[in-house]
Amino acid sequence: MNVVAPQINDLWVYLSTTPLLGLTVTLLAYQAAWWVHRRSGSSPLANPVMIAVAALVALLAISGTSYQTYFDGAQFVHFLLGPATVALAVPLYTQFRRVRTMMLPVIAGLLVGSFTAAVSAVLVARLFGASLVTQLSLAPKSVTTPIAMGVAERIGGIPSLTAVLVISTGILGAVLGRYLFDALRIDDAAIRGFATGVTAHGIGTARAFQESEQAGAFAALAMGMNGLVTALLLPMFLPLLQ
Amino acid sequence: MIVALTQLLVLQLVGEVIARGLKLPIPGPVIGMLLLFLLLALRRGPSPELQATSQGLLQHLSLLFVPAGTGIILHLHRVADEWLPLLLSLLLSTLLTLAVTALVMRLCTRRAATGE
Repeated sequence: MNVVAPQINDLWVYLSTTPLLGLTVTLLAYQAAWWVHRRSGSSPLANPVMIAVAALVALLAISGTSYQTYFDGAQFVHFLLGPATVALAVPLYTQFRRVRTMMLPVIAGLLVGSFTAAVSAVLVARLFGASLVTQLSLAPKSVTTPIAMGVAERIGGIPSLTAVLVISTGILGAVLGRYLFDALRIDDAAIRGFATGVTAHGIGTARAFQESEQAGAFAALAMGMNGLVTALLLPMFLPLLQ
Repeated sequence: MIVALTQLLVLQLVGEVIARGLKLPIPGPVIGMLLLFLLLALRRGPSPELQATSQGLLQHLSLLFVPAGTGIILHLHRVADEWLPLLLSLLLSTLLTLAVTALVMRLCTRRAATGE
């Protein structure tokens, strides 16, 4: 035992300083989460992002690893968000014929949805006594992470808190969308996808692709457009809320 | 796959240069997405390779949000202090946005259908 313990210690010291561990653990947690998701019959309630994040937070807390150390490895996964965002143009192009016939509903849904997302988040948080910084960090919660972080910085929120709120919103939208749309009897895949993309950006888009390619393409469209609209308009109309 | 991945990265890079050069509030990747869309429209569709690579990336889009989501560990304090307003804000705003967007779109679709 006395011989083995220092060796394990050395091993841990080595592993915790390379990016290998953070990267591998992220992929393992995600695969485990995906397995649980599959076993649940692909239920939206067993959202893979939520399960993987919960597992990783527990792991970091138990092992006493800092987020910075973890992120040194996980950044390689995080980095792929950029090329993946560019790649969204492909399903968008494939589905564009349908998009063109729906210009009016798409633009109306976008403007109303984008406004509702920001204003309702700020007002509900204020009503229940959140601090101003928290309110401002919540405002861009429905747009994709890199845009939301940029907007938060500009309006006086905390970018890294916004990232977490954005992802929580994405998970909630992905989890609740199907039940809400079924209850409201909205069965057009284009509308379901678009509303999910406006509300729940990339995580909603990932979920929409599981429903159908058309829902996914509309979600990707909504995510991109809502990112543009929010980045341009939110800094302008936010002073009205303060 | 390498060619397609290079194309995606080049477009992201060009997007990044445009965004920073013109000081646009829009992130580089989103501009890259618009550029790729225009290219696809000009070329009338993606190459089979680009199609396959983007499908591969997008199939596991949710994985890419895991590292940022784990960042919640940095904010456990604030979350513990303000959990009620945060929870209600996220929950109500998410439900409201989903419902309002979908209902407005359905209304407009019906308008368009009866107007024709």
